[in-house]
Amino acid sequence: MASSAPADAMRLRSRIWSWVTTTDHKRIGILYGVSAFAFFLVGGLEALIMRLQLASSDNSVVSAETFNELFTMHGTTMVFLAVMPLSAAFFNFVVPLQIGARDVAFPRLNAFSYWVFLLGGLFMNVSFLVGAAPNAGWFGYANLTSTQFSPGLHVDFWAIGLQVLGIASIAAGINFIVTIVNLRAPGMRLMRMPVFTWMTLVTQFIVVTAFPVITAALVFLMFDRTFGTNFYVVAAGGDVLLWQHLFWLFGHPEVYILILPAMGIVSEVVPTFSRKPLFGYAVVVYSGLLIAILGWGVWAHHMFQVGLGPIADSVFAATTMLIAIPTGVKIFNWIATMWGGKLNFTTAMLFSVGFIAMFIIGGLSGVMHASPPADLQQTDTYFVVAHFHYVLVGGAVLGLFSGIYYWWPKVFGRMLSESIGKWHFWLTMIGANLTFFPMHFIGLLGMPRRIYTYDAALGLDTMNLVATLGAFTMALGTLVFVGNVLWTWRKGEAAAANPWDGAMLEWAIPSPPPAYNFSVTPTVKSRLPLWSEDGYEPKPLPEDPPEPIHLPDGSYWPPVTAVGIIVAAAGLLTGSLWVALVGIGVLVVGIYAWALEPFEV
Amino acid sequence: MDAQTTHRRGRPRILLGAAAAFLVIALSACSGGDFPQSTLHPTSDFGRDIDALYRTILWWAIGVFVLVEAALVITIIKFRQRRSSKAPQQVHGSTLLEISWTLAPAVVLIFIAVPTIRTIFRTDGTAPEGALQVEVIAHQWWWEFHYPESGIVTANEMHVPVGRPVALAMTSDDVIHSFWAPKLGGKRDVMPGRTTHIAFTADSVGEVYGQCAEFCGESHANMRMRVVVDDSTDFEAWLAQQLAPPAPADALSEQEQLGLEMYRTRGCIACHTVEGVSAGVIGPNLSHVGGRNTIASGILPNTAAGLTRWLSDPPAEKPGSLMPRMPMTEDEVAALAAYLLSLN
Amino acid sequence: MTHAEATHQTSTGLDSRKIGMWVFIGSECLMFGSLISTYLVYHGKSVAGPTTREILNIPLTSISTFVLLMSSLAMVLALAAVTRNDIVWSRVWLATTAFLGLVFLGFQAFEFTTFVREGLTLQVSLFGSTFFVLTGTHGAHVAVGVLWLVSLLVRSFQGKLGAEKALNVELAGLYWHFVDVVWIVIFTVVYLLQ
Repeated sequence: MASSAPADAMRLRSRIWSWVTTTDHKRIGILYGVSAFAFFLVGGLEALIMRLQLASSDNSVVSAETFNELFTMHGTTMVFLAVMPLSAAFFNFVVPLQIGARDVAFPRLNAFSYWVFLLGGLFMNVSFLVGAAPNAGWFGYANLTSTQFSPGLHVDFWAIGLQVLGIASIAAGINFIVTIVNLRAPGMRLMRMPVFTWMTLVTQFIVVTAFPVITAALVFLMFDRTFGTNFYVVAAGGDVLLWQHLFWLFGHPEVYILILPAMGIVSEVVPTFSRKPLFGYAVVVYSGLLIAILGWGVWAHHMFQVGLGPIADSVFAATTMLIAIPTGVKIFNWIATMWGGKLNFTTAMLFSVGFIAMFIIGGLSGVMHASPPADLQQTDTYFVVAHFHYVLVGGAVLGLFSGIYYWWPKVFGRMLSESIGKWHFWLTMIGANLTFFPMHFIGLLGMPRRIYTYDAALGLDTMNLVATLGAFTMALGTLVFVGNVLWTWRKGEAAAANPWDGAMLEWAIPSPPPAYNFSVTPTVKSRLPLWSEDGYEPKPLPEDPPEPIHLPDGSYWPPVTAVGIIVAAAGLLTGSLWVALVGIGVLVVGIYAWALEPFEV
Repeated sequence: MDAQTTHRRGRPRILLGAAAAFLVIALSACSGGDFPQSTLHPTSDFGRDIDALYRTILWWAIGVFVLVEAALVITIIKFRQRRSSKAPQQVHGSTLLEISWTLAPAVVLIFIAVPTIRTIFRTDGTAPEGALQVEVIAHQWWWEFHYPESGIVTANEMHVPVGRPVALAMTSDDVIHSFWAPKLGGKRDVMPGRTTHIAFTADSVGEVYGQCAEFCGESHANMRMRVVVDDSTDFEAWLAQQLAPPAPADALSEQEQLGLEMYRTRGCIACHTVEGVSAGVIGPNLSHVGGRNTIASGILPNTAAGLTRWLSDPPAEKPGSLMPRMPMTEDEVAALAAYLLSLN
Repeated sequence: MTHAEATHQTSTGLDSRKIGMWVFIGSECLMFGSLISTYLVYHGKSVAGPTTREILNIPLTSISTFVLLMSSLAMVLALAAVTRNDIVWSRVWLATTAFLGLVFLGFQAFEFTTFVREGLTLQVSLFGSTFFVLTGTHGAHVAVGVLWLVSLLVRSFQGKLGAEKALNVELAGLYWHFVDVVWIVIFTVVYLLQ
């Protein structure tokens, strides 16, 4: 049984190749998770450098230009390369298991989405290496983004990169909608689906409807920059507000894309560790739907300082306040779930409870913003920075960590350390509050956002220093998490199929699941399949499949097609027709080969 | 598995510590003098209208915060698992509760929405008759102010009379900026191709700090301004001073004459206006720059030291600035500074 | 595309690819909606260049619109032919659809070059920018559709487009009809409702 070096090398090569060509939703989920976490660290580093710069007034840790690149990339990275793909990791791994499916509806399209995301994220970050990182904010307002006021490649990297990421998101959106609508196990009616799956479905609908709007906005921007069109050119009669309307028509639904999956996770974790079903399941589901729909009617609350007029301001104030209601209802239902329960504060549960505590604060500062006159003092200051970090860090990030601790045993077959996890939680919770709570005051006391330095006379040095200390506390927490992963990778306790005694179908199969997920597709008879007497059948699922199960092979056309897209993007970026044509050529070949290869789902 | 016992005791202590920290931070925000750009110490009707609304909303928010967080904290303490805990009752929901906690927030929101809409219409930027008209033109990265009634053109420091309505009509020469002098009220974006408005009546004399509040490029952080609220005598004096003709050349000291020579030969005339000397319009009007409190749009004091720093290397003080670094000796810089300070 | 997929049970009873195509079409509605809304918002606001009245040729564009409509009819007939395993007529109608699509694109190319000669370019005005980006994006969609139809035609000649592959043609048909409907909206908004 002596192993030889060449044989080992070949085994490693074929293992890497199997990951490159995989169409298995579980592997794609892991790929998303690892990549997203890497980008999360990059975005976090960008934040730490900014906090170092802002720790005192008139500081010179970084130049103005570098700082502007940092805040642009921090926002872009955290939104598009960290939170969204981390959510996608869960959509990929968990949703097919929760609905009793063997995979998603379009496995190769799934792989394609991942590779396009990865290449798009790398494309955007390569900009740092050529000294042209995006620098006009993650929201890129026209006409600052015109070639006149943003010469060089900074904005092109940003606009083209976002377009590429948009392709990945829309493709995944289509995939998951069809998967959830069409591949549910028998008996899994829509109102029997786990809330995480429901929130995934709602999120994907927002994705496929909101991303096309920013696609159009970015097309206009790229045409202005590349072909001299007039979409955002004031001299030709163009309106700079066109960009803002289009961007926020996308941008507001986008924030619900960021938060609904985390809310879905909390809706799974809290009942499990309360030993009680989710209180008000239907209401929680409908609230999610209502938030998604109402989310289309609030966009101009990002534009209260523009001067849209008192009637427009009043309408958007009203719709924005309205959306607070379904949001609050969800929070009350989570608390009611815990009430009367038997609460087990595992790390996953701590993060979910932390989510609720912090989202209350973020939601309330959101209501304060909903009032246009008050907002005129709050918007574009550190007050709004506090608001959205409470909902995105205190909300989305904590929710996603909750999901990581909850589903880690299922994904990897090992338990993470609960004691190290507690350290991770408390460092993050304390760090986040220390970082972002002072920002409410910093903003109200007169510090605008997106500034690389501030006057000592403003009197805000101490509070900024506190915020910086908080940021490093959070960073420490993240390092502790990395330590948890490394420590338990080989030494962690092996995970049972259902270590938390969860209620949903993913806990009915081994940890980690076999390639085929379910030996037999179960018939579902209850909203809580594993908690109900006859929640599903056959109970238990047979250890081995009674009939051979066909699984799709891998395919290398999805990554090839993704490469074609990014090469075309590079051609557009550099203005090289040849490169663009090569990219399009690879793309077309990839699509045809994909369409024509024998591939059975 | 049961690692929550350790922090069960620690949690109240941590919460107490956190509350203390927040109180320290909160109380430090109480004095307006220490925070010249504070939104919480308004000195105009516009500012006060907003502040009143803000405080109404804040109290409702604090109330809801206390109620809901208390519900959360009580729940997690009361129902944490103990060895003696029984299996919980498998409750699925309650229609009565759902209706109640849907209606309750709706009612609270009405208490927020009504004063909001009232204030929106009251502060919509229309100024009463007889208001002082000031035109604001925003540039990367400085503020141009025109007083159409008197023909005054100045930059970065706006003077207004106390107790008289002021109407700002604002536009941008390049990208989107935002005019924000927090003590005088909320901000308003300033955009190319559009005119936006702010209306206010200042109610106390003093110097108000402000800065651009919409990211506008490399030196967005350096685009600051001052609004000086004068009593009527001082305001009339300021108007007169702005309209006064320039001092004759022979009234200048030897150093100031050297400074004038620098002004003429080091490219300044291409971008700046000094009445009787140059008519450039790319940069701020410097005809009466000597009387301002700050220079370079609020980032440096208008003193010999501040001017020396600025004139020696403008792009270092304001990255991306169009004003280049002109080769001058230390004496030449000092002379130019002295000349500019003489332009009252 | 594969026999196995037809036998997979689905929650709705519909093939996943059909649902996928509908979702994609829904997404595209938002994209074209953004382009059309921008056209409308900027209508009449140009400060230079030829106006709509001066330059749009409604009679000519009505013909190309009719051609596109007829191509949708041909598409319907193509699907019907494939479904009843009529190989000859499925090829005829697929080819006709593609051909009519190419004719439409030819009209567009003629229109674009004429406009440029008459002074309406991408750069000259808001009308130029919004018109060309909107109709150009639509034209690009038609071109992709033509490529798709030609590919199906080639598959048919390879003997691989029998009745069991009708879904492939149905999917192309859904896309093609959608592109046609978008054109009806564009024609109405840009040409008829000046």
